[in-house]
Amino acid sequence: MVDITPEKIENVGPAEVPEADLYHAHSWWTKYVFSQDAKVIAVQYGCTAVAIGLVGLVLSWLMRLQLGFPESFSFISPESYLQFVTMHGMIMVIYLLTALFLGGFGNYLIPLMVGARDMVFPYVNMLSYWIYLVAVLVLCSSFFVTGGPTGAGWTLYPPQAILSGTPGGTGWGIILMLVSLSLFIVGFTMGGLNYVVTILQGRTRGMTLMRMPLTIWGIFTATVLALLAFPALFVSAIMMTLDSVLGTSFFMPAIVEFGEQLSYGGGSPILFQHLFWFFGHPEVYIVALPAFGIVSDLLSIHARRHIFGYRMMVWAIVGIGALSFVVWAHHMYVSGMNPYFGFFFATTTLIIAVPTALKVYNWTLTLWRGDIHLTIPMLFAIAFIITFVNGGITGLFLGNVVVDVPLSDTMFVVAHFHMVMGVAPILVVFGAIYHWFPLMSGRMLNDAMGRFHFWVTFVGAYLIYFPMHYLGFVGVPRRYWSVDDTSFIPDSAADLNAFITVAALIVGFAQVVFIYNIIVSVFKGKPAGQNPWKATTLEWQTETVPPGHGNFSKELPVVYRWAYSFSVPGTKDDYVPQNIHPDDVKLVSSESNA
Amino acid sequence: MGFFSDIRTKPWLESQVEIDNAHTGGSIGLPKEKLALRVFVGVVGVVFSLSVVAYSDRMALADWNPVPEPLIMWLNLIVLLGGSLAMQWAVINTRRDKMANVEVGLLVGGALALAFLVGQLLVVRQLDALGYFAPTNPALAFLYMLSALHAIHLIGGLYVWGRTVLRIWRGFEDQKIYYSVELCAFYWHFLLALWIFLFIWFVIT
Repeated sequence: MVDITPEKIENVGPAEVPEADLYHAHSWWTKYVFSQDAKVIAVQYGCTAVAIGLVGLVLSWLMRLQLGFPESFSFISPESYLQFVTMHGMIMVIYLLTALFLGGFGNYLIPLMVGARDMVFPYVNMLSYWIYLVAVLVLCSSFFVTGGPTGAGWTLYPPQAILSGTPGGTGWGIILMLVSLSLFIVGFTMGGLNYVVTILQGRTRGMTLMRMPLTIWGIFTATVLALLAFPALFVSAIMMTLDSVLGTSFFMPAIVEFGEQLSYGGGSPILFQHLFWFFGHPEVYIVALPAFGIVSDLLSIHARRHIFGYRMMVWAIVGIGALSFVVWAHHMYVSGMNPYFGFFFATTTLIIAVPTALKVYNWTLTLWRGDIHLTIPMLFAIAFIITFVNGGITGLFLGNVVVDVPLSDTMFVVAHFHMVMGVAPILVVFGAIYHWFPLMSGRMLNDAMGRFHFWVTFVGAYLIYFPMHYLGFVGVPRRYWSVDDTSFIPDSAADLNAFITVAALIVGFAQVVFIYNIIVSVFKGKPAGQNPWKATTLEWQTETVPPGHGNFSKELPVVYRWAYSFSVPGTKDDYVPQNIHPDDVKLVSSESNA
Repeated sequence: MGFFSDIRTKPWLESQVEIDNAHTGGSIGLPKEKLALRVFVGVVGVVFSLSVVAYSDRMALADWNPVPEPLIMWLNLIVLLGGSLAMQWAVINTRRDKMANVEVGLLVGGALALAFLVGQLLVVRQLDALGYFAPTNPALAFLYMLSALHAIHLIGGLYVWGRTVLRIWRGFEDQKIYYSVELCAFYWHFLLALWIFLFIWFVIT
């Protein structure tokens, strides 16, 4: 590889954005509430996602209490347990992770990292958040209606999802869930259009596609995936709503319920499964790809080394995105599909592991001979690699039909997907918050509390999910309120469940410390300074930290190099920001070299 | 350069640094509004594609009972086609800088879209009169669902169309109006193409 020791080049002229292109708030309400500034919208998305995420966390505690100490909590009935399972799953996947990565980090980082003043359509961007908020409120309202929220499982499979035997199946529970999802998708589409067009058309001078940080590549590809995958959920939500409300039979077969023949007839539950997973599997990567991008940047910055194999990393992100649309039916091996069909999807599932493994190798090689700083973002980034490899490998197990069939609907599956798309992305979220909190607030998070948070979360995650794999192996099923005295389940499973519950409660407590740290640090944290991590990317090169309205000074920055100029031979500092003109780079003088 | 040639470049090479420094931002030769509309149309296309896939999957089941297309659906198709042609005429007149003709084309295009929506309601009434209103008939359910989805997108287009008309009446700058007219026309053409596809699909199934 050729090094990029800077040399004199012709200057690129300054770029200014006319005042008319930037919305200026005229009141407190339009500045902080109905704001069109992507940074404010990002914080709104972030706060809402974390708030609903905490609801999801509490629901998981309730589930764990029931599993760990059955018959101890009279308020957790079999029906409410299923409702907790359903709401926890949907909240965490859609309303927390998707919203936080794309709505939160996407809004904050895209304009800043590509050198734009704001998103290209700020008004539509604002609408996107408010529709998301309404979707969250509609979802929450289902806790308060007669019959409560739906307990159909987050996959909402018909026919059970809209039958009276399922909690919330015939009342408002399922309808509110479907309406909320539809609203979420409408809101996301508005935001997604902004992200894609801003990245493609709103970049500053010199910022070619291949000079973009991998964070932006991850968010961009995930947004494209979401724009193409969410319509599948949208269509299935509409069709199921019609089945539930108007009595159509898109998905509902002829069925007898409690001895009564229902008016449905001929519908296809499998059709719903195909539509759901055509959305559902790309959804894994909608969450994972931004995490991949962010972790790449965290590793590079905190190891003071350029990302290894940048081009391959970009191709892998795009390749994984494309392949994610041809693996969906590996979630349906037990649906009675043709074995050849299963073979095809097992093969594509193995193929998608290739670019994914390539990324893991490149992350590891980025660390190789790096000047590794074990900062908190770095700890979380390394922890991500470990947990992601764990979750990914169990995914390869489950991607094979013969292994998946006996493990299907066991705790092994729960452990797998929690490791790969629960723990791993959440660790990236934490790493990203520790990394960019100084930019957003101008203050550092408390280091001691951060390290406590990291170790309890990381070790605790293993204490929760490693034993869960074993529970799956011995046949403990998922979504069961109680396995009682099932003969094939050993007594030790109950002890292990109790242990997991205690671990989950402790990990939950660590999250309270994290939130306390954020609240305290916003007001009393150590001042961060201009660029505390000595990063090269544009978000740290703003006139003020936190960045002001319009992000940059009168002129937009001009980019002269890629985002990974760390430890460049011949330069005085171990990093060269993207916007520093080659003439202004501090070089090591020939005398000091001698 | 195109997207795929862009992502083959090596940004760390000195030779590439010089090329990249001359980059002026942006990857696609389209204004942001036109690009956004194309992306949106792509998303809408996916919604309808998946619906049609679901339709064809559902058709294979035993209870499928085809629904006749009332004559008024053919008339509606012609009305929508007229709306699209009127919009295109408005676009042609933007290039000739004839504001009066642009206004006429825009108004006719919008009026015909409204007429189409009314016509679609008449289709529902006619099918009802023929005894085709049972929601358990999947062919009918798909016909209503796809027609309603198409109508909702057309209503969204009419909202933007209404704003454009208001801007004309308020005397906004001609060039900005022309730009909005182009976007409206593109959307009208898309919805026409979509409806032609759906209509043919209904007829052959």
